[in-house]
Amino acid sequence: MTEHELRVTHGVIVENNLQFTLIELSQACHADIAQLVELVEEGALEPLGNDASNWRFEGSALSRACTALRLARDLHLNATSVALVLDLLDEVDALNSRLRRLGHSTPV
Amino acid sequence: MEFKDYYAALGVEKTATTDQIKRAYRKLARKYHPDLNKAADAEARFKDVAEAYEALHDPEKRAAYDALGADHRDGRSFTPPPGWDSGFEYSGRGDADDARAHSDFFETLFGRQAAGARGPRRSASHAGGDHHAKVEIELQDTYRGASRTVSLRTPQVDADGRVTLTTRQLTVSITKGVRSGQHLRLVGQGGAGFGEGPAGDLYLEIQIAPDPRFRVDDRDVAIDLPVAPWEAALGASVTLPTPDGNVQLSIPPDSASGQRLRLKGKGIPSQPPGDLYAVLTIALPPSGTTTAREAWTQLARAFADFNPRQALEG
Repeated sequence: MTEHELRVTHGVIVENNLQFTLIELSQACHADIAQLVELVEEGALEPLGNDASNWRFEGSALSRACTALRLARDLHLNATSVALVLDLLDEVDALNSRLRRLGHSTPV
Repeated sequence: MEFKDYYAALGVEKTATTDQIKRAYRKLARKYHPDLNKAADAEARFKDVAEAYEALHDPEKRAAYDALGADHRDGRSFTPPPGWDSGFEYSGRGDADDARAHSDFFETLFGRQAAGARGPRRSASHAGGDHHAKVEIELQDTYRGASRTVSLRTPQVDADGRVTLTTRQLTVSITKGVRSGQHLRLVGQGGAGFGEGPAGDLYLEIQIAPDPRFRVDDRDVAIDLPVAPWEAALGASVTLPTPDGNVQLSIPPDSASGQRLRLKGKGIPSQPPGDLYAVLTIALPPSGTTTAREAWTQLARAFADFNPRQALEG
């Protein structure tokens, strides 16, 4: 085994430790800036900061933004529809979580 | 390589119009989209539907496909197991599609498209793209931290624009306390930079593999704990397995089936840590022997006044 293979790469947990600027988030999600701005305008993403140049997105925005972009592309949805779907998915997650706490298996 | 019956995948006739194909795709996409449907085979179903749509909604691709003739049979004969896409690396729009979505059949027919080639190609130096991959870990890994070697398949575009998949091994330290659905960012492990530009980052999405004993809900973990009737009635000290080893747990007297005993802070060691719940189930010993029946009969006599259905009586 070579030295290269033994090297261990350390990462940080995005959701705990990171914030993204608008540009960083667009790179991480392979999204156009305009698409992300639309999602913010719909309230689907809620960055800190007043205007786009100093927006700071929480780490959890990564998977939310990626999900939003997949839904928009694969289901041909506009930003308003995507925001609605994300809200409903949050509600489904919360209900499934309550079901699991009550000891029921989660419907799929 | 297997033949793909794209018309069957969308459930449309070979004579379907482009509008009918689009409607069929949208309906099936809403049904099987992996962000909406968490069933184990939904992602594979969605991939088939998306590939079929991609082939059939484009008149040129559809014509090429139709030219293969009508004598072929669909060759699908398996359903990929859960977690089958672990360890694939891609540079799509935050998911796996661009680099690995297409079957060999599709790529043979239409050519393999350059992945990660979106956006303007600048001649000056610029940073490499950020990549995403999924990795499945055991529940124990997030309790203790672990090193996991993942195989990443990266599409690379050569000077002639051809795409080849290269496989590399990456040993990743799994951060203690990471939860399912969270991401680890590995700086500089994404796509190579151009010119003087730095490499992109790699985002690893963590999935905790299902465990036969433990159920995970975000940061909390639950396990069913069977106890004997006398343990539930009199109280007992029992050995409880946790993902981090056994602990002694005291069962309070008069415990009921379904009762949840909380071990604070013994869930996933995130910040703050989750809790571990032992859910009591009362296990009855078999009553097959004379001795056992005698013991139950004695119990019945001792509790002659006990009516378990009192609450049902008006």
